[in-house]
Amino acid sequence: MQFSYEVNDSYAEVKSVGRLNMVAAPKLREVVAEVVAGGSSRVVVNLAETDFMDSSGLGALIGCLKAARQAGGDLRIAGVQPQVKMVLELTNMDRVLTAYPSAEAAFGDD
Amino acid sequence: MTRFWTRLIVVLTVILGVNYVAWRWMASLNWEAWWIAVPLVIAETYSLIDVMLFGLTVWNIKFRKPPPPPPADATVDVFITTYNEPLDLVMTTALAAKEIRWPHSTWILDDGDRPEMRELAESNGIGYVTRGADWTPDMPRHAKAGNLNNALMLTSGEYLLILDADQIPEPDILDKTLGYFNDDKVALVQTPQYFINVPADDPLGSQAPLFYGPIQQGKDGWNAAFFCGSNAILRREALMQLGLVGYVKATEKSVRRALAASRTAIKKARRSPEAENPLVEQMLNEVEAATESAQKELEAGASLSEITYRVRRQVDDAVRTLVAADFSALQSDLEEIAAMELAHVGESGVTTVATDAVDRMSGRDWSPLGALESVHAVLDAISVERTDEAQPIMPLATISVTEDMATAMRLHGLGWKSVYHHEILANGLAPEDIKTMLTQRLRWAQGTMQVLLRENPLVQRRLTWGQRLMYFSTMWTYLSGFAAVVYFAAPIIYLTLGILPVNSISSDFFIRFIPFMVVNQLLFLVAGHGIPTWRGQQYSLALFPTWIKACTTAARNVWFGRPLGFAVTPKARQSGGPSWSLIRPQIIVAVLLAVALVVGLIRLLAGMSEPLGTLVNVAWVAFDLVVLSVLVKAVLYKGFVPEVVGPERPEERNADAV
Repeated sequence: MQFSYEVNDSYAEVKSVGRLNMVAAPKLREVVAEVVAGGSSRVVVNLAETDFMDSSGLGALIGCLKAARQAGGDLRIAGVQPQVKMVLELTNMDRVLTAYPSAEAAFGDD
Repeated sequence: MTRFWTRLIVVLTVILGVNYVAWRWMASLNWEAWWIAVPLVIAETYSLIDVMLFGLTVWNIKFRKPPPPPPADATVDVFITTYNEPLDLVMTTALAAKEIRWPHSTWILDDGDRPEMRELAESNGIGYVTRGADWTPDMPRHAKAGNLNNALMLTSGEYLLILDADQIPEPDILDKTLGYFNDDKVALVQTPQYFINVPADDPLGSQAPLFYGPIQQGKDGWNAAFFCGSNAILRREALMQLGLVGYVKATEKSVRRALAASRTAIKKARRSPEAENPLVEQMLNEVEAATESAQKELEAGASLSEITYRVRRQVDDAVRTLVAADFSALQSDLEEIAAMELAHVGESGVTTVATDAVDRMSGRDWSPLGALESVHAVLDAISVERTDEAQPIMPLATISVTEDMATAMRLHGLGWKSVYHHEILANGLAPEDIKTMLTQRLRWAQGTMQVLLRENPLVQRRLTWGQRLMYFSTMWTYLSGFAAVVYFAAPIIYLTLGILPVNSISSDFFIRFIPFMVVNQLLFLVAGHGIPTWRGQQYSLALFPTWIKACTTAARNVWFGRPLGFAVTPKARQSGGPSWSLIRPQIIVAVLLAVALVVGLIRLLAGMSEPLGTLVNVAWVAFDLVVLSVLVKAVLYKGFVPEVVGPERPEERNADAV
């Protein structure tokens, strides 16, 4: 699992590559915390290259959402793959996290 | 009476043989030429042991009386195994099988899965079986053993008559053999394999009169009559018992291996950076506890299904706890987020995680345990499903390409009895060209060596010593290729180089060697009631490259997992002209022998060697050449041309057989 991020004018994009599982989840929390602490509270987690997510991965996403909101921003997700989409639907979390087609589209409306 | 004479000659053979070989070891070795002297004396010792094992076999020769009538309600399935044989050949056998008088069901077991075969079978009212859906491409197929094991699960007769596709049964085959099963401990009745497409001089050595005669009768006397793959009747119950015992053994072995591997996998996972994560560490603790208690239960003798079930449940519980913890943390995050948003928007209600999500997210494929792949894989192996085979119960042994010998040995190990019924009740087709014949011999030899290397009969504690030696004896004969090389090399070395492996050729040698040789041949004559054994003796030496190849390929296969290069024996004659290239090593040996003959005579005329030594070695070379000459006949053999078949033919055969 690898995370990288890129900050631009209106938001920060965190790329998650590989399996977002029990082992990777704490790293995601760290990366997002770092991004938010750096002043970018509008965060997009790009999941285009994440083919698997388990309950710990989902927990980390929600934890990151909380961190972003606490900082006055938001966390959105983009490029959701089939397994991740199934997990979101199954847990009702698709009602909390809207899946956007791409990182650019995620904050396209505001 | 025959038994008395046989035993007397066996005793004489052993005495004279030991007398000769002991003298060879102790007083005759030419140590200066140890490099040929020692191999030769080892080869001679090999041959002495071979003849002693033969003597042991015929010591207990058993001539059976016809069995009592079978129970009237005995049910039988007749299996005809095929892979790629011509359809009409299979159908000839199948239709003859249908005509067997005893009530039975006939089945064609078509491993070639040919729609035309199915159609033919069905239109003739014959059952058709092919591999089921469980035999996915990633499962080992186990050739004929797999074919039979598959059919065993789909049929229900108490007894099974197994026929190769070319073995045409007589209508009374079951009437004459089922009665043996009145003895509840009998699991197998084997009848001879006899071939109708073989001329009287049998150029390819197809008939095995010594084997389907004194050898099987002798083994029968030790309750070790072999199963030979075809023309045999088996008791289903015995095979099923074998399958169940094998299943339990295989499962216990795989569970033990998986438990041992899980310890290593957990240890390794603990050292990885991921283990710093407290969740991962907790998970590993749970898994370790589960496998450790499983190990203890296994030592205490608990049942495998309970143990594996408990491990799985403990691990599943741990996974569920973890997933539930994830979700409850997630839920409290959501509540905090909702509390924040309430301040701005006043939206009501907090989204909650669906209640059934815990189960789904704890499932095998989405479990967080998947993050520890090696641990995950090992836990999967702690199961009783035997996931590495198409079906958990494999009654016919799959450790060898010749499933028959291993199966019979295991049946004997479970205390079952076998019977050899010495009467031809099926007529088969032998290979009609040397290439097919060589393929078939190689396969038999490879299969036999595989059994020796995987389940050495000498250390099978549940076999009697007689049974162990009967199995070992057959395996021992397949080592003859190495001895043959020495027997060819020794006279060549003497005639060309003048190097003698013995101190001197003197009366000491003759008075020990000749009586042994004479009594040895006499033993074959008496034990075999004068049946022709010369062809068999020729082939056991002449096919030395095949026997050596069988030993080396089987050893590589068993020890290093290399493929055997296994081929199904084709039933149809292979086309093409004489194939001399198939016997290249033998041709080279024959040329060397001939050259040695010439050089030896020149050396004698030049006064460079002594007449007696030359004479003995010339005789030896002549013997070797006569032995090898059988191959010329074999290569030139153009296939079977039936003589004018008279009505007296079948009687002739039967009289010959009984």
